[in-house]
Amino acid sequence: MPNPVELNTSLPEPGRVVPSPVPRRQPGKYAELWKTMKQQKQGYVLLAPYFILFFIFTAFPVVMAFALSFTYYNVLESPKWVGWENYATLFLKDEIFLVALKNTLLFALITGPISYIACFMLAWLINELSPKIRALVTLLFYAPSISGNVYLIWQVAFSGDSFGYVNAFLMKWGFILEPIQWLQDPKYMLVIIMIVQLWLSLGTAFLAFIAGLQSMDRTLIEAGAIDGVKNRWQELWYITLPSMRPQLLFGAVMQISSSFAVAEVATSMVGFPSPQYAAHTIVTHLNDYGTIRFEMGYACAIATILFVIMLGSNMIIQRLLRKVGE
Amino acid sequence: MQLQIRLRREKKVNRSMPVDIAIFVLLAAAGAFMAVPFVFMISTALKPLDEMFLFPPTFIVRTPTLDNFYDLFLIFANSWVPLSRYIFNTFFVAFLGTAGHVILASMAAYPLAKMNIPGKNFLFGLVVLSLMFASQVTSIPTYLTMTWIGLLNTYWSLIFPAFATSLGLFLMKQFMEQIPDSLLEAAKIDGASEYRIFWKIVMPIVRPAWLTLIIFSFKGLWGTGSGSQGASYIYSEQLKTMDYAFSQILSGGFVRSGPMAAAALIMMIVPVAIFIFTQSNVIQTMSTSGMKD
Repeated sequence: MPNPVELNTSLPEPGRVVPSPVPRRQPGKYAELWKTMKQQKQGYVLLAPYFILFFIFTAFPVVMAFALSFTYYNVLESPKWVGWENYATLFLKDEIFLVALKNTLLFALITGPISYIACFMLAWLINELSPKIRALVTLLFYAPSISGNVYLIWQVAFSGDSFGYVNAFLMKWGFILEPIQWLQDPKYMLVIIMIVQLWLSLGTAFLAFIAGLQSMDRTLIEAGAIDGVKNRWQELWYITLPSMRPQLLFGAVMQISSSFAVAEVATSMVGFPSPQYAAHTIVTHLNDYGTIRFEMGYACAIATILFVIMLGSNMIIQRLLRKVGE
Repeated sequence: MQLQIRLRREKKVNRSMPVDIAIFVLLAAAGAFMAVPFVFMISTALKPLDEMFLFPPTFIVRTPTLDNFYDLFLIFANSWVPLSRYIFNTFFVAFLGTAGHVILASMAAYPLAKMNIPGKNFLFGLVVLSLMFASQVTSIPTYLTMTWIGLLNTYWSLIFPAFATSLGLFLMKQFMEQIPDSLLEAAKIDGASEYRIFWKIVMPIVRPAWLTLIIFSFKGLWGTGSGSQGASYIYSEQLKTMDYAFSQILSGGFVRSGPMAAAALIMMIVPVAIFIFTQSNVIQTMSTSGMKD
């Protein structure tokens, strides 16, 4: 659209003496911006309610966590600046934090990739089924992530006495003579929590993959078959994966942030604090300092580290995924 | 005959029988892994107390009874806060939070998807960025903010943050982008305001996306209580949710696992029912969920 100011100068009213062609001062960049913003006032009105809350409860708290991480703050007194002390304590003195960090990374490195690949592979296999059965299987696989506390049944299954299903089964078939304290023994705890976490992990990413596969352009596959794609693995790598890239990126974001945030399952399965801190994670450590000891500055330092880890791994994975099928 | 074979081959490009069988076996195994805990749960919920202490334990209940459901209500009959209050709290928070989220997120998604306003890429960038970290990162500052603005220990401490969940806005905006511009242009020429276009044209079209936002938001609010952050924002017993109240039963140990299973079954009915009714709409919405390169 032509600029209205230019329009005025180039089309003088007929019959009037044309003034000397001194170019009229163009309105500044900011003035123009302001004008478009005023024209689109209704848009900002629509944006406002959501974004005010978004800033209060999401954006601002991130900045605040970062700022408070450099202070000592116990809620009763005003925050006191301590510089890098919290971070130094975390990495040099706080042995439990290092255990939590190790456990969290273990969780994320094992359950993260497994759950991501499982989400995709299962979605891919389900896609072969007829629509009715597909809907039923989707429901079965997605159900754990929306059924709240049902995962607590795993606690009954792995119960430490001979009435727990797993112990009873192993004893009946003579694998063990005495019941194993599954949820008290640091040797098994982490593995059991991982299994439960995997059971719960077919969530939003899984749905996105199913949707992506269903909306894929079928003609691409037929064209590929003509061009010499021989089996379904080639089809997966050369056709399906590249055309699913947007969903793959989205699914990765969903899986990464949840695989680093393990806490609730761990706490309700093995209690808090877990025996020998074997199931202690960054988030349980954060909750310990934030909601029990009220050392908010320290808790914020933990939160900031968690933020950096999550964002960092997301950036790396996004970069890797962009190479899929290239 | 020749024709028939050709047709079959065209329908199933690049497929072979042995791999089809392998896929079936793999899916069956995965399905069993997913389904067994549910079978356990239903079985445990229906077991009478004496059957809990059989050795070896019965996988499928032998003499099903509804005793555990009865016990569950008996436990709450003596509690200080009546069960009906927890139920009201849960429904109030879940309904209001979900309704507000759907409306506010759609309102914000429309200008981001369809209007040309300065700053929209920045705002949407922030939303995408916020998908990349879990809400635990912001739990402490949010708790402090709640204290300052006086939301602590009110329903609103659960409801307001739910209004501005970022996943909902993200999905809604991606879905709205596929609405043809010509449709909106036509309305604009007829002199409709942006509000009117949003409410009368855009909102009816994006119905599948609302249903998707409803299931995601509802699932989060319904389960607020036991281990989630929401638990720390509310300390009055009479404001707590069903999920929290039921999770207290667990502290009774193994003997209570019957009522616990009964409670978990009751709690999962609503979200699962919503998902069953919205599934096809959810899948339709999720197909636009992708992130662009």
